[in-house]
Amino acid sequence: MGKRVGMEVAIAVAEAVGLCDIDMAAVYPITPQSHIAEHLSDLVANGEIDAEFVTVESEHSAMSAVIGASGAGARAFTATSSQGLMLMHELLPIASAMRLPICMAIANRAVSGPLNILNDHTDIMPQRDSGWISLFVENGQEAIDLSIIAFKIAEHKDVMLPVNVNIDGFQLTHMVEPFEMPSKEEVDRFLPPFVPHATLHPAKPVTMGAFAMSDYFTEIMKAKDEALKNSKKVILEVWDEWAKLFGRAYKPVETYKADDADILMLTMGSMGETAQMAIDELRTKGVKAGLVKLRLWRPFPFEEIKAALKDAKKLIVTDRAITFGGPGGPVFSEIKSALYAETQRPLIYNYIYGLGGRDVPVNDFTGMFEKVMADTANRLADTYEFWGVRE
Amino acid sequence: MALKTWKELPIGCVVSEPGSASEYHTGSWRSQRPVWDNAKCIKCGICHVYCPEGCVQQTEDGFFQADLDYCKGCGICAHECWPRAIKMVEEG
Repeated sequence: MGKRVGMEVAIAVAEAVGLCDIDMAAVYPITPQSHIAEHLSDLVANGEIDAEFVTVESEHSAMSAVIGASGAGARAFTATSSQGLMLMHELLPIASAMRLPICMAIANRAVSGPLNILNDHTDIMPQRDSGWISLFVENGQEAIDLSIIAFKIAEHKDVMLPVNVNIDGFQLTHMVEPFEMPSKEEVDRFLPPFVPHATLHPAKPVTMGAFAMSDYFTEIMKAKDEALKNSKKVILEVWDEWAKLFGRAYKPVETYKADDADILMLTMGSMGETAQMAIDELRTKGVKAGLVKLRLWRPFPFEEIKAALKDAKKLIVTDRAITFGGPGGPVFSEIKSALYAETQRPLIYNYIYGLGGRDVPVNDFTGMFEKVMADTANRLADTYEFWGVRE
Repeated sequence: MALKTWKELPIGCVVSEPGSASEYHTGSWRSQRPVWDNAKCIKCGICHVYCPEGCVQQTEDGFFQADLDYCKGCGICAHECWPRAIKMVEEG
């Protein structure tokens, strides 16, 4: 059995990855991810895990190194944050096009400028179209569970795609939380050895990442899109298996007091727990408020999101990033396009909030609900607003 | 070579046959082809040395010609040929 521990979440993520028989890790330290890099290198240096820790000179090199290692058949891990993720950007679609099941923890942090080290989702959003499976977690337990689960999803023969697990920087990475850490035996039972779809070996030479012209590029993009969409089936299977083994269930879209709700809020990541407190407060006042939490960002769970939102009259989509000069927040834009063809859909409001680590206490969430409820003429629907911005 | 559909592509487009690039006829990109005037050619072989495709080869009589399956028509051979024995001629 796993044991109940109290630990800093970043350290626990490194511990969890250490249970997964990784062959190599290449991680460049960056706040607030550094504790993952440091602890993982400790585990390797102390001989606690039999893996290669490649000390690289940048995140571009880190991603390049894990691509090479994964191509050679290694179970490879990396982790990063903010500017580091931006530096990896160029290589992310290459990893997915080569169908390399690399796993990456992202300690989400605001992207410069101005320089800011605190939490929001402006680092992951520009990576949206990279062809990676993208998961969000709400607390430490979810961070360690999904860090382990990520390998099983990524390496499934019908998936073979890289996976990133988004863990809010500081808000989660630097919290000491109680959780259940699975034992090595339990992880071994859950996670089979990695069987690559192809490997680089002198005895059987292959070419990976070859050049393709216009005669094949469209077909390759189509194949990648289908692979990512089809991965959802495996993601659901693996989450079911995890629930049976460990008793903790994960779904692409999770809800809280949403069944009879007239007004729903949608969050991604750690803000969900604070929003739940706001829902509880509103429920005591007789407001039929509920919460929808988006865990699976890519592949986007269209069916599940439609089912979760169909009965609401109003929906508040919260975004911790902004598409400058565009439709509002990236989640807002996605939800709107998911619901466009539905005959029955809620009015949608969008608040951009919690940027660069700005605190979002419970009364901010209740404030959003109150503002939307007061909009009886629906004048604010379909627009976005920077919540709490000083005018 | 029949083009594969998206469903027929190997996972990650891994190329499992070494040297299969030779099946890709880059000559289809060409808009001009090199034509040698052997009366001017001094058989120095600079066209062979500079050809980035490696498709200019010496024939039995000592003169040179390009394998038009692979010649992209870049014109480097004509540019480098100092006796001006190579002329680039429009295709089709």
